[in-house]
Amino acid sequence: MSDHEYTPSSKFGKWFNDRLPLLTLANHLTDYPTPKNLNYWWTFGGILTFCLITQIVTGLVLAMHYIAHADMAFSSVEHIMRDVNYGWLLRYVHANGASMFFLAVYIHIFRSLFYGSYKSPREIIWILGIIIYLLMMAAAFMGYVLPWGQMSFWGATVITNLFSAIPLVGESITTWLWGGYSVDNPTLTRFFTLHYLIPFLILGLVVLHIWALHVPGNNNPVGIDIKKPSKDTVPFHPYIVIKDAFALLMFCIVFALFVFYQPNILGHADNYIEADPLVTPAHIVPEWYLLPFYAILRSVPDKLMGVVAMLSAILILAALPWLDTSKVRSAVFRPLFRQFYWILVADVLILGYVGAMPAEGLYLLIARVATAYYFAHFLIILPVLGWKEKTTPLPLSITEPVLGGSPNLAAARSDEKIEKTIK
Amino acid sequence: MSKLKNILFVLIFSIIVLNSSNSAEKSPRFLETKWTFKGLFGKFDRASLQRGYQVYTEVCASCHSMKYLTYRNLAEKGGPEFSEVEAKAIAASFEVTDGPDSTGEMFVRPAKLSDKFVMPYANEQEAKAANGGAYPPDMSVLVKARKGGADYIYSLLLGYSEPPEGVELDDGVYYNKYMYGNKIKMPAPLSDDLIEYTDGTKATAEQMSKDVTNFLMWSAEPHLEQRHKTGFRVIAYLIILTVLVYFTMKKIWSRVESKV
Repeated sequence: MSDHEYTPSSKFGKWFNDRLPLLTLANHLTDYPTPKNLNYWWTFGGILTFCLITQIVTGLVLAMHYIAHADMAFSSVEHIMRDVNYGWLLRYVHANGASMFFLAVYIHIFRSLFYGSYKSPREIIWILGIIIYLLMMAAAFMGYVLPWGQMSFWGATVITNLFSAIPLVGESITTWLWGGYSVDNPTLTRFFTLHYLIPFLILGLVVLHIWALHVPGNNNPVGIDIKKPSKDTVPFHPYIVIKDAFALLMFCIVFALFVFYQPNILGHADNYIEADPLVTPAHIVPEWYLLPFYAILRSVPDKLMGVVAMLSAILILAALPWLDTSKVRSAVFRPLFRQFYWILVADVLILGYVGAMPAEGLYLLIARVATAYYFAHFLIILPVLGWKEKTTPLPLSITEPVLGGSPNLAAARSDEKIEKTIK
Repeated sequence: MSKLKNILFVLIFSIIVLNSSNSAEKSPRFLETKWTFKGLFGKFDRASLQRGYQVYTEVCASCHSMKYLTYRNLAEKGGPEFSEVEAKAIAASFEVTDGPDSTGEMFVRPAKLSDKFVMPYANEQEAKAANGGAYPPDMSVLVKARKGGADYIYSLLLGYSEPPEGVELDDGVYYNKYMYGNKIKMPAPLSDDLIEYTDGTKATAEQMSKDVTNFLMWSAEPHLEQRHKTGFRVIAYLIILTVLVYFTMKKIWSRVESKV
């Protein structure tokens, strides 16, 4: 989407580029005008791409050693951990990589929620993102089943049983999913196949996600439309590349701390016990990143309605661009929204916490209140806020002096910088 | 700099969130002991691992299998590091069924380094029948399969006592304050001077518990030492690179009138 036409300098380059414009694409990606006030919350897109590639590469090698069979899966994982060269490293990177992937995606999503990145003209980017997130959950869930430990088996049993809540055809669908009358070898082999397939679907969607992003360009912390290219923007390379690299390295340090020093802290001890259909674990809990939705599922007394609530909790996000009626994107200029935003963050964290707890007594009550609030935020608070809220004045551009005394710190600081440069 | 603070905040915050979501269930306070394998440079105490193997083979192995271990593991780096001769001798003291030979018959031979640890029972059913219906779990990854890990196993081994007033125990059930539900079907396995250590260490119950837990930790994480060593190098490398990239970034961004 660069404004100027790109011509390769070499003759061969020109010949090639006329036939397959890869060089034009490369030029576009390098020159891509990016708002210069992007903060570190914007580096998680790059980090997520890194996570996806890491999962695919480690997963590819693990798949060479793993055996998808109910009798051999668990011992093949132990074989990887003990006898495969650096098998322990590959497996721990892959297992913790899933957690890091979700950590990054949650930051990415909540950044978008704060700065209103889902609003026009970026609805399609947002919806593609929600589909990617759904696929990530499916891939993570199926991946967790593959080691065939106790939590693998019982987690798979609980989740696949949800489909039996569908009226009339539910039981048949569950049997069809299992490939039998319980979670067993056919279930494991199909989960392995799908676990292998989904990352590539995600990869394709990521390409679309980035493509759709490059049409309107990045949103920014101020949330206003900017002219591109202008003095509000910097070329992607080297400015954003180096900043993303720095953030990625910080992220990798945390990643490495988990992999090398606490590789099992995010997992459940029961998954080191081989799956046993005759012994049910005391508490069946999903991985931490699915806990908020698990809490929503359990907070509804009716099974079918629980499943509906859980699915709606995710799908409601897809309608967000139309539920949020405010024209102002960034929460920086929305004092009321900002408060409700942090309440939502707390609400989701609380849901995650009670999701790990037994669904009884006070925990159940908290889960119900938090679930109700979650939906209220999207269905009531956001639409009403858009009409009622008095937003603070927006600046005209990122660099121009701000009209009307905006409280925007980022803009104020860059003003100081301008003064300094003038001196 | 405020953005750096932001990043730091994210990291700390996320770690707290992640940890709290997993430390959900409360567990009794475990007995405290120093483990050499913990920490940035944590390594196994070699002599303790060797003694731990002795405890395992003379006490635990009569009921508990370790089916993912191979005799060669005993001589491998980062483990008990018996010499190859010693490991071969250990293997040879067990018998395995092999075959069929050229006449189609199965035969019994002494175990080799490449053989898996010989199991005390032929199958789970036999193990249950011999242990009053309770299956003695395989111990290969036991430390990782229990909440609390090494601390839990160590505490459990020393956690036997008479049941408190009002707790009724069936025949063949024992009281252990660290066991889930406090009832365990394994009788207290270790008592002072139950075995005689070949290296002359006094075999107190605490000593044996510590040694065998060390051994079980190694069996669950045979590459722990390499992991710690590699981890330190990886993180040191990443930190240096991060600092260099940080200054490069500062330099590049100094061209535009905006802060990073």
